[in-house]
Amino acid sequence: MPPARSWRAYPQTYRLEAARCSKCGKAFFPPRLVCNKCNGRQFEHFEMKHTGKVVTHTIIRTPSDEFSGQAPFALGIIQMDDGPRLTSQIVDLPFEELRIGMPVRLEFRRISSEGEAGAIHYGHKAVPVRI
Amino acid sequence: MVVGIVGYGAHIPRRRIKVEDIAKVWGADAASYKRGLELFQKSVPALDEDTITLSVEAARNALARSGIDPKDIGAVYVGSESHPYAVKPSGVTVAEAIGATPDCHCADFEFACKAGSEGMFVAYGLVKAGLIKYGMGIGADTSQGAPGDALEYSAAAGAAAFIMGADEERMIATVDETFSFMTDTPDFWRREHQFYPAHGGRFTGEPAYFRTVTGAARGILEKSNLKPEDFKYVVFHQPNGKFPKRAAKILGFSFEQIDVGRLVPWLGNTYSGSSPIGLTAILDVADPGDRILMCSYGSGAGSDAFVFTVRDRVREVRDLAPRTRWLMDENVTYVEYGEYAKMRRKIRLAEK
Amino acid sequence: MRDVAVIGVGMQKWGELWEKSTRDIFVESALLAMDDAGVDSLDAMYIGSMSPGLFTSQEHLGSVMADYLGQKSIPSTRVESACASGGVAFRMAFMEVASGMHDIVLAGGVEKMTDVGGGDATHALATAADMQWEGVQGVTFPGLYAMMAVAHMDKYGTTREQLAAVAVKNHHNGTMNPRAQFRMEITVEGVINSTKVADPLNILDCSPITDGAAAVILVPADMVKKFKKPGVKVIGSGHATDTIALHDREDLTTLSAVTEAAEQAYKMSGKDTKDIDLAEVHDCFTIAEIIVSESLGLFERGKGGPAAEVGETSLKGRIPINASGGLKSKGHPVGATGVAQIVELTEQLRGEAGDRQVSSARVGLAQNMGGSGGSSVVHILEVM
Repeated sequence: MPPARSWRAYPQTYRLEAARCSKCGKAFFPPRLVCNKCNGRQFEHFEMKHTGKVVTHTIIRTPSDEFSGQAPFALGIIQMDDGPRLTSQIVDLPFEELRIGMPVRLEFRRISSEGEAGAIHYGHKAVPVRI
Repeated sequence: MVVGIVGYGAHIPRRRIKVEDIAKVWGADAASYKRGLELFQKSVPALDEDTITLSVEAARNALARSGIDPKDIGAVYVGSESHPYAVKPSGVTVAEAIGATPDCHCADFEFACKAGSEGMFVAYGLVKAGLIKYGMGIGADTSQGAPGDALEYSAAAGAAAFIMGADEERMIATVDETFSFMTDTPDFWRREHQFYPAHGGRFTGEPAYFRTVTGAARGILEKSNLKPEDFKYVVFHQPNGKFPKRAAKILGFSFEQIDVGRLVPWLGNTYSGSSPIGLTAILDVADPGDRILMCSYGSGAGSDAFVFTVRDRVREVRDLAPRTRWLMDENVTYVEYGEYAKMRRKIRLAEK
Repeated sequence: MRDVAVIGVGMQKWGELWEKSTRDIFVESALLAMDDAGVDSLDAMYIGSMSPGLFTSQEHLGSVMADYLGQKSIPSTRVESACASGGVAFRMAFMEVASGMHDIVLAGGVEKMTDVGGGDATHALATAADMQWEGVQGVTFPGLYAMMAVAHMDKYGTTREQLAAVAVKNHHNGTMNPRAQFRMEITVEGVINSTKVADPLNILDCSPITDGAAAVILVPADMVKKFKKPGVKVIGSGHATDTIALHDREDLTTLSAVTEAAEQAYKMSGKDTKDIDLAEVHDCFTIAEIIVSESLGLFERGKGGPAAEVGETSLKGRIPINASGGLKSKGHPVGATGVAQIVELTEQLRGEAGDRQVSSARVGLAQNMGGSGGSSVVHILEVM
């Protein structure tokens, strides 16, 4: 990923900034310019809480080359407690413990890097909540 | 003006490897590491964990305990010997992730295992000077020991973050005194472009660690006019389980005083995170009024010493983030040497 | 709008075509279609191709293919809608003829996927997902459909065996299709025990990496008598989109772009689900055929799996699905797939399908899908 593409998404990838439609209240991650529910164009930006639940999941065993060093890895759709859904790797748990509905928290992680010499991209991945 | 810790937090990767599993690969005697150095296991960072990610999580835990607005943080200092980039600061990523940018001073420190306490010291100094409202000092590392080297049994990963401030109502522990002890002592180093560090073997002990740590401890005791029995807790840098015990004995501290902050047997040496994470474990259980001595150590060599006195607020905030012993003991999975070697990038992969 | 008919179809055998370039593959199939129709010049053409740039470093296929097909100077356009590129190219050609703009228009599709390695192919295909918000976490296409499968299994009790039944049926059909890439029978146990790709999907749940092309010729229906073969009328066309990211969909167990495209096509054609004699659907993964069969209204929600398992979708079943062998057995050169579905329907409705002929087929439906359902196109064809 070119550094500019990564950099412009830092508010989302680093701080989970989302936007809530001022008209109908639907929350979006990432923020949009037009609400896909009511066509509203005014939004309030906010930082999502880091907690959510697994909606569905899989284990990627044949990744693209960029992720070959990480495979196999679990991946899921996360329903964030603040409303939006997102796709995230689910790390630090044995695969057999993956469950729909399991509570997770988004933790700051290295997402990818451009080989050994290029930029490192950071963001969040889901980890199981065990407290 | 009284300045002290208004927020603290730690973060530790969830994987561990046992000393036996390392010794087995190299035909070494695990018992000698367990008995002789009191090393039983160490933390292992995953491929997607590095000094920056551990620092962000520790910083967030510190923020949660402080209750402050991250925009009020005027400085973020990350001390580490394993910054992910040779050139590009770790601190800006941490500051960006916690929402402290752009009105914020960032710098990365490197001083072997002492870089974390350096960040704490400089943040403390800037608050004391009235230049910033809050300053954050972080010690974090994902250190590497060469395969089969003695350091491979201890080099571990973890981070601790401290927010220094001067507001009385947020004070968790005051900084009552500081003292630093520095000499040029070549006991351990890593040259540019080298993947693993080199060290002076037994030279790292007497003339390096012990001389420096005891020098800093004696200096701060004298400066503050305190005696070992005036402290409830003391935390030294802990390259292994034995060194901090011996340093305590030399200085006249008891095992009980160092026990709570001595995490190395089960965590490994987290380098820049070592004595700072020990301090978080102490704050997790300390009572108001308890006095704490911390002496870091960085090869090269130097030690930063601090005297803290715990305030009432520690009881209100300690459970606003995970306690350090919980991070150490819960949610842990064990890896064997093969997976560990993959996680630590010790396996040569095909060029892409 | 004029009525439109398909008057010629062409498709070479698909597979790993090491000795052939993209243009060889496309031109061979296009010439077959032109010969089938008995035409040697075209008014215009549309070429569905998902990512010739990533697969072969060649964009601008409109010019390349018109030139190499001996049709230099005609308007020729590459159409991209991920794996629905072929279906959308067919719709563009349909609209161009229907509008009266041109009379003889070729709709083709091509993908040359084997010049890159598996990891690069996986990446190229993944660009049909939301690269910034899904791809960044390492999502693959098997992974996206696997997550739909997990949700479908959780909600409706769809079983691992039902998924396998789809692959077994399509491979059986494919043994009767001389152009299919993988013409071998497989078993439910074989599918369940095959290499894991993205749990719960295994390699035999996935359509393969394929080189291939397909082409059809469209003309105004009232011109059909001028050509050598019987025409097949395009009576319905629908095209709809959905969120690019799977996670932005409220219900992961249905594909609303499929339902909406189908509703448009049913409405235009005046036909209902019960009028459909056979369907070619986008079984890029076994779970896709199950969900698509439900989203098209051919089965109730949650009944697609059991229907496949008991044979309702087999050649002699109530509604044969993927008589051609589907993407699973026939192959899935992504840009060509939507056009190949039209080739199959045309041959079935002409009664030219040989051993896999669906008896008394009069109305056929083709459903082609882009990405994880971010776009879908549906066509209904009828015997003239």
